[in-house]
Amino acid sequence: MVKNKIYSKAEIAEKFHDGMKLMAGIFACRGCADRLVDIIVEKGCKDLELIANDAGDPGVALGKLYDAHLVTKAHHSHIGMNPYVTELINQGILTVNLYPQGTLVEKIRAGGAGLGGVLTKTGLGTMAQEGRQVMEVDGQQYIFEKPFRAEIALIRAAKADKSGNLVYKGSARNFNPVMAMAADLVIVQADEIVDVGTIDPEAVITPGVFVDMILTNEE
Amino acid sequence: MSDAKELIARKIASFFHAGDVVNLGIGIPGLVRNYIEEGVQLHAENGLLGYGGSPKPGEEEPDYVNAGGQMVTLLPGASVSDSAGAFALVRSGKLTAVVLGALQVDAEGSIANWSIPGGRIMGMGGAMDLVSGAKQVIVAMEHNAKNGAPKILSRCSWPLTGYKVVDIIVTELGVFDITANGVVVRELFPNIKKEDVIKRTETRLIFND
Repeated sequence: MVKNKIYSKAEIAEKFHDGMKLMAGIFACRGCADRLVDIIVEKGCKDLELIANDAGDPGVALGKLYDAHLVTKAHHSHIGMNPYVTELINQGILTVNLYPQGTLVEKIRAGGAGLGGVLTKTGLGTMAQEGRQVMEVDGQQYIFEKPFRAEIALIRAAKADKSGNLVYKGSARNFNPVMAMAADLVIVQADEIVDVGTIDPEAVITPGVFVDMILTNEE
Repeated sequence: MSDAKELIARKIASFFHAGDVVNLGIGIPGLVRNYIEEGVQLHAENGLLGYGGSPKPGEEEPDYVNAGGQMVTLLPGASVSDSAGAFALVRSGKLTAVVLGALQVDAEGSIANWSIPGGRIMGMGGAMDLVSGAKQVIVAMEHNAKNGAPKILSRCSWPLTGYKVVDIIVTELGVFDITANGVVVRELFPNIKKEDVIKRTETRLIFND
């Protein structure tokens, strides 16, 4: 019997706390577990460290964490859609580190795959190289980037079975499958939750073994 | 849409042929799609490969968006990957070209397009990966800034997106190749005077005629 991983909002809320290091899938507000974000905002967990491609829009998706001043440190590739994030940086209450998007996702992939880091040519000769070790391999120069892991990953799937096997849709997939492998506790919001055995094993993108909790879709 | 932007987009679209895989940035680059030959696959760094135009009313699919966040359709033969796969495609040389806008481009092919000192912090997004990984980097931009300042320079002064990466610049004045010798004028558009282009450019231009 496969473990049933469906949990109530209250059970999931218990896992969230001040100072937690989060990662969350998102690209232009698609593929973001907004109901999980709402639980964090409701609980008012503060001093968060956030790893995510972008910062959402004001009032939308991850933007709600910023609206409520819950994040103090963040790692993004693009924050241009959320002017309020710049305001928080200028007020001195938020620090944001920026990474090239492909480097950010590989840092997370390395963290999930148990690798010691990433060597990439992306950003050589730019600000992305600042403070980094440049290494030479077979006569080619690379920037060294350390792996990223988080305590909790917020994952948005199109479909989950009760054991946590996940399927995504379109550009909502983005960082989600990579992040689902790179956190100690992986919590999923799925648009549809189905019985074990109904998703074709060949279609599963994230194997259920990576998933710890799924937010129930029942009120 | 201004004639100048349309001219730039049409010209760049003519560079591509069936089988090419092209990533289009936002702004003028996005217009290139309107003129592109059938069989050219469009890549978006959020994981879509083979996207088409906007969906018909009533057929919108909110989870199919290009990197600019605009809803698109998926054409026959399209595929979806995660962000790691999307950037592996970029870094592994499968991308025929990236077309993107720029604030500054210099004679060495360095490009600045993600940060204006003192301006609002935006982040580089996927631009650094794209200019570093694509086989060909094509800049689509207006020849001068809104205040008339030159954008093609001897040396970029703003934070770089890529160092020595640009191959071709297309503006409303013509087509320019970045070579080891500097900026070579490949083509001037009809009714564009050589003197005018020289005046509006801050680096030496090489004319082959």
